[in-house]
Amino acid sequence: METLINKFRKVAPKAAMVMAVAAGAALQGCSNTDGGNTSATAEGVASDAASAVYVAPGKHDELYSFLSGGFNGQVSVYGLPSGRLLKIIPVFTQHGENGYGYSEESKAMLMTSHGFVPWDDLHHPKLSRTDGQTDGRWLFVNGNNTPRVARIDLTTFETVEIMEIPNSAGNHCSPYPTNNNEYVIAGTRFSVPLDMKGGTSDVSLDKYEEEFRGSISFIKIDKDKGDMDLDFQILVPGFDYDLANGGKGPSEDWVFFTTYNSEKAGTLKEVGASQNDKDFLAAVNWKLAAKYAKEGKIHEMPANYYHNKLDKDTHTAQSTVKKKVRYLLPEECPGMMYLLPAPKSPHGIDVDPSGENMVVSGKLASAIPVFSFSKMQEAIKNKAFDGEKNGIPVLKYEAVLKAEVKEPGLGPLHTEFDGKGNAYTSMFVSSEVVKWKLSDFTVVDRIPVYYSIGHLMIPGGDTKEPLGKYLVAMNKITKDRYLPTGPELAHSAQLIDISGEKMKLLLDFPTVAEPHYAQAIRAEKVAPNSVKFHKLDENKHAHAVKKEADVSVTREGKNVIRVKMTAIRSHMTPDNIEGVQVGDTVYFHVTNLEQDWDVPHGFAILGANNAETLIMPGATQTLKWVPKKEGVYPFYCTDFCSALHQEMQGYIRVSPKGSKTPIAFSTGKKKQNIPGVAASH
Amino acid sequence: MKAYQKVLMVVAALSLGLLFMFPMWKIYLKAPQYPEGLELHIWVNKLGGSSESVLQNFNILNHYIGMEPIHAESFAELKYMPYIVIFFMITGVLAGLAGKRKLVLSWSILLMLCGAAGILDFYLWLVRFGTNLDPMAAIKVPGMTYIPPLLGNKVLLNFEALSLPSWGSLGIFLAITISCFTYFLSLKGKRPHFLSRTPKAALS
Ligand SMILES: [Cu+2]
Repeated sequence: METLINKFRKVAPKAAMVMAVAAGAALQGCSNTDGGNTSATAEGVASDAASAVYVAPGKHDELYSFLSGGFNGQVSVYGLPSGRLLKIIPVFTQHGENGYGYSEESKAMLMTSHGFVPWDDLHHPKLSRTDGQTDGRWLFVNGNNTPRVARIDLTTFETVEIMEIPNSAGNHCSPYPTNNNEYVIAGTRFSVPLDMKGGTSDVSLDKYEEEFRGSISFIKIDKDKGDMDLDFQILVPGFDYDLANGGKGPSEDWVFFTTYNSEKAGTLKEVGASQNDKDFLAAVNWKLAAKYAKEGKIHEMPANYYHNKLDKDTHTAQSTVKKKVRYLLPEECPGMMYLLPAPKSPHGIDVDPSGENMVVSGKLASAIPVFSFSKMQEAIKNKAFDGEKNGIPVLKYEAVLKAEVKEPGLGPLHTEFDGKGNAYTSMFVSSEVVKWKLSDFTVVDRIPVYYSIGHLMIPGGDTKEPLGKYLVAMNKITKDRYLPTGPELAHSAQLIDISGEKMKLLLDFPTVAEPHYAQAIRAEKVAPNSVKFHKLDENKHAHAVKKEADVSVTREGKNVIRVKMTAIRSHMTPDNIEGVQVGDTVYFHVTNLEQDWDVPHGFAILGANNAETLIMPGATQTLKWVPKKEGVYPFYCTDFCSALHQEMQGYIRVSPKGSKTPIAFSTGKKKQNIPGVAASH
Repeated sequence: MKAYQKVLMVVAALSLGLLFMFPMWKIYLKAPQYPEGLELHIWVNKLGGSSESVLQNFNILNHYIGMEPIHAESFAELKYMPYIVIFFMITGVLAGLAGKRKLVLSWSILLMLCGAAGILDFYLWLVRFGTNLDPMAAIKVPGMTYIPPLLGNKVLLNFEALSLPSWGSLGIFLAITISCFTYFLSLKGKRPHFLSRTPKAALS
């Protein structure tokens, strides 16, 4: 068997050749300088780049793009083509900016069977779909580290649901939505010794081969509301499952997973998992799996996982702990799952818009294999098997292979499609995007990126109808691209024009944390549905007060104080509070009475050990505060809301424990000219 | 009066019904921080606007300069105006059915008078709200009042206020126009009745 090093030796001359070509182009560029660029890396920029990405002040971008933040646990929203950052959506992470994960309402969102986990590694955003097209309703994202899948509502751009995935140990090949959101499918990256009670067993680590297993989860999505429900899992052989993607058209009942470590190495995977010349692409017929699950092939085991949901009317998250999970075993479900041999630690699996070509990027392979869905069907019919693994038939490589893209570059990772018969593959090692034709599998163009690209994204490039105008390259390294910021530099996204024959670099823009993958959608599918404010009438928060006359400060039991207060431009009611004692747990339930767009109010108090909270118009949010010392503490609005924002403040007096100071609260000496508030209905 | 003239008069009376279907008047406010604008709609029986919470938003803006908050309850007019309109609709229909020219004319004149009174009343409440400012107001601009325009536009601090009649007012306009028209049609071939009466009156 060929060792890795030999493989690289073989490829090296080709790489050198590519570099020589690139250098030649660069030199030529220098001799006919256009625009006096001094940086060598600015050479690739199209001459009309500025006008192509210019979105005039006050004009809106054509597309929303959602970039995962990797290790920051967030999603960032950028406008395209301008590359303007529009919003950061906290998902698996606490966010001091608005109190997400700190406020009493949102804490439950980050609960797991491991307790409160205020961070995760967010890799893959996927937009919900109708008829194999993005529909702009929800964005599903994965938490890789503490296995979770979250749903973001695109009317509010808020995380509204997070579900923990049991029997998973690294939710990486996730979340893949089927073409009508029937399921969101999530596979584990790490296999672990499942104890079949929802946890892992205390097993010797050299028992990897016998004891370790993976799982693929099928999350059912409510058609109208988007709510998730873990329907069942398939317990799969103990490989590492890397990425998932689904079929379209003829192949739409199928979902595919790349795997590595078919060697089942439990240690030094770098070497151990890079020995086999072929790992596998796992093909699962999800429709058949769902049928088996319905028809009694299903087993059930105890489990323990959290399902957290934000209620739209109370703006409050609640956790439910689920105690059971249903599962299928592939060996008992004929026809449900097949393995396709795929060269050398395959990473990306991408199905073209026609649903026929399955492109597998072997990150250590020198060619890109393209499988044919129709050949796969044929091979299944003819039982063109090459043995089996854990009862799962392995198809013959030659029987399913359509073609190999030769000499694409080094380190192919991901492929997306432009809907015009072209595929674009990211090359991590040679830092480039390579364009090739689906008709004859030949490379037709390449463009350097800066540097070490991971995923790439074409709006709708993973759906039936891509918008083949732009490509976004998501890069890991940015040395010399931006002003230096110490040892850590911003990661980078690059916008490339793919509308013509040749790819053209249009724009670099920095990203927040590490962009793993992205999705983009035409703005008109999302913007018109954007919520401008929550209706106060529909606010069902347990501690909401809808007019100033109803505010209250009450002592509950021995040492809990509940402040139900309101915020409106430009005051809080009450703004003078007395009778609180050292050590009391004070809950500030703040209702924002505004019914106008873009008028959130913030609430912050001196010495709070958590965060501020930001309250959207019409909503109620709660900040917990435990004063440790007597005195007078100011509180105030943190979101500049009006000409009198700075005056939007108040005081709370804290007396010693056991003091006789009675509870008192007020705003102003007399009610004079306090505006409308919530007109009583 | 001929049959079609009677029908016309009934149409005139019924066109007042537009007042219950559309606002009479709209006041638009626009400022740099309100690119979407704020609209106050004045109906014959209520206050409304471009959004449900428009009054609250008007009042929030007004409170900086010390204007009294506007509530539907502050206007007795909104309570009795619908009855006046209904009265006109019924009497107009009756006048049409009766086919009496004299009745048609008096109805039109009375409606015109009421319309004029309504506009005067509207102007007076604009003045009341624009000038009756709280001495404790946060923003005080010496000599400044905030009377929105009765018709047309005017700049009030950073706000551009535009005031225009709306489809509801068209009801009154149509009622007056059609009834007058009916009256003049019914005069065809005759001397207008006030002219024929005048000499008699002069003689007596
Ligand atoms: Cu504020």
